[in-house]
Parts: sequence; structure tokens; C-alpha cells
Amino acid sequence: MALTHDAVLAGIKEIVEEVAGIPAASIEMGKNFTDDLDVDSLSMVEVVVAAEERFGVKIPDEQVTELKTVGDAVNFIVSQAK
Amino acid sequence: MALTFTTPNSHSRILSVGAYRPSRIIPNSEIVDRIDSSDEWIRERSGIESRRFAGPDESVISMALAASKQAISRSGLSVSDIDAVIVATITYPFQTPSAATELIMKLGNPKAAAFDISAACAGFCYGVGMAADLIRSGTATNVLVVGVEKLSDFTDPDDRGTAFIFADGAGAVVIGKSESAGIGPMIWGSDAESRDAILMTPSWIDLKAPGSVGWPDISMQGQTVFRWAVYQMAPVALKALDVAGLTPETLAAFIPHQANMRIIDAMAKSMKLPESVAIARDVRVSGNTSAASVPIAMDALLAERPDLHGKSALIIGFGAGLVYAAQAIELPQAPK
Repeated sequence: MALTHDAVLAGIKEIVEEVAGIPAASIEMGKNFTDDLDVDSLSMVEVVVAAEERFGVKIPDEQVTELKTVGDAVNFIVSQAK
Repeated sequence: MALTFTTPNSHSRILSVGAYRPSRIIPNSEIVDRIDSSDEWIRERSGIESRRFAGPDESVISMALAASKQAISRSGLSVSDIDAVIVATITYPFQTPSAATELIMKLGNPKAAAFDISAACAGFCYGVGMAADLIRSGTATNVLVVGVEKLSDFTDPDDRGTAFIFADGAGAVVIGKSESAGIGPMIWGSDAESRDAILMTPSWIDLKAPGSVGWPDISMQGQTVFRWAVYQMAPVALKALDVAGLTPETLAAFIPHQANMRIIDAMAKSMKLPESVAIARDVRVSGNTSAASVPIAMDALLAERPDLHGKSALIIGFGAGLVYAAQAIELPQAPK
């Protein structure tokens, strides 16, 4: 079954809260990981690996730097899960 | 006619450890201007508060010599008892002869077998594994294994990815025969598909060409290395424990390569190490000294926690190649 954007966003919120201690309520599609949520490059790797396990997708290293916002991550994961 | 010989030693162990930290203490404040950074930024991303850089009178060999003399002294052996010397380094500034042969000359033991190994941050653990097998097979009696680096010679002070991480220092162990198991099987290997993740560029040949391209420095893809170290190396570490008959619950100390505090913490979490395990966090004041980091961190941990002498530890090195090696060990007994 294909993943919905809402389901992935909910999962990403939980992961970012767990990895970086950011309250899930403040995590929205338009938020920039670095500038808005203060998720640094190494925490981003932890988020990506957790997302890979949770959603059963592969997010290559070269793609990680392209995931600027929460929405970028959600859209990429949904596109890969189809 | 068949060969007849015996393998005299069932086991080997680390008899002693020694370390040398260069005299120049470099706080983050001395690094930040050239990489447009701050003390807080460096601490958050690496856990490093300060590191040591060698001064003009401190070389790869002088640092290796100091660490070796301390380790030999603590072993209770004489220099002449050492019959093989392995130096792990990537920063000895001569292609040949080896650092190990210069070291044995300076030690006053010029007849010992001597060679270098190039396995970057895994080099010390590669050396420990080789030394253990040399002793068990009867090829060597007492082996000196040295990890030494002067990374400041090969680091671009303007590189935001490495300038605050790499540092200088030396550590050494003496390994000899043992009645009981003291060094577990080495779990080792490579992930050479990611060879580009840590690179020295340009090559020596490029440097020789007209219109020189500049001094070789070591660069690193931080995210790639972090991902590999945390998620690929934790299973390697657990396997090294398992083949030695240990578990995270029965382990006394974890002494990983001091790459970055974030890697150390994430590995410990991934391995589910209980709070009873003492974790070496020498990177805070020593930075990343590549091949030297494990023995320097071992020396620091035993100084801080003398009760750990003779207890079990897991050591693991991982770095440029990408290559790795890990083994469970019994930490040396307290020097007499």
C-alpha cells in the first residue's frame, strides 16, 4: 500500500523529535531542517537512517543534502515508496 | 618430508600501553577564524574542546619514540626483548624506508623486524591483530605496536570539514604471550566502494608536475563517514564481542577510534551498551589522531579509571579506505 503524505509527515515528526529533541508540534512541511529546526548535518543522517528503516525506502547520501525542508523529505519518501 | 614445528603460544595479551601527547594545546578559539566557526559549533558537532598539535621539535618519530619508551618501561621488559615493531601511520613524511625502521634505530634495537601498515584510523587495531597472530604462531615473542600521526601536516586549516577534527599524537602497546585469552579474534574488512569518502589529494606525482597544484591534504565527506561509522561499525563491534565470548552486559570498557563524540555516542546507543560500560571519550581533549587515537584513549581511560586494569575492553578502528578492524581485549595489568 502506498504511503500517504500525512502518514510520512507524522512519522518524520516522531523521528525528528526523537533524534533532535524538537517538539513534534513545531515540525511542518515548510520548515527548513537546518535554519528552522536546528537539525545539523549529523543529526540529519540519523533522521534519514531512521526514516529508511521506518518507511522501507533508500535515501542515498547524495540525496540527503537535497532534503532542505520537511516537505522535501516527505515528498521524496512518498515518491520512493510507490 | 613434512615440516615439523610447533606453535608454542595459545594466547597473547597486551602487556602495557604508553602514550605521548604533543606539548601544544590548541583550543577551538585558535581554529575558528579560518573556518568561520565558533567554539559552540565545534563542540556541538564533534565534542572536541581542544586538541594537541606537534611543535617544530615534535615529529612522527619523536612522538612514537616517547610513547614506545613508556609502553616498554611499563611492560617490565627491556628494549632488546622486543623482536618485532609495527607502526601504523599515514603521516610519516617518507615513502621509504619505513617509520618503523627509524623508530628501532632510535630505540637502540636495530635488528628487530620492523614495518609500517597503512590502514589509517584502523591501523592500530590491524597492528594488534597482526601482533597477536605473530606471537601465537611463534614468529615473534614480544611485539611493539605503535599508532602515530601528525595530521596537522596534512590538514587544510581552511577546510570546515576537517580543520577542527584532526590532531597529532602517539600511542603504543607491547604485546606478548599469555597463559589465558587476552586478545580476541579480529573482525576486519573494507568497504572500498566508499574509498572517496576520505581522501588525500593531490597525489605526490601531481605535486611534482610543473605548475604545482598545492600541498596534499586529507578531505572527508562527513555525512557519509558518519553514516558508515555509526550504522555499519556497531554490528562489527558486536561481532568482535561475540566471537570473544563477551556481551555488552559483560564488557567493562569500550575504546573506539576517537573520530568524533557524536559517532562514539551514536555507536554506544546503537550497540545498546549498558551504563556499566566505561566509554573512552578522549576526543574531547585530543581531537581525532587517526591511528594513534585508540592507544592514547586507552592510556587516558586507565589513568582515569585504574580499576579497569586487567578488565575486558572492546577496541575498534575505522577510517580511510574505508577499512575497519575490531577486537575484544583484556586491558593491561597495572604497571608494577
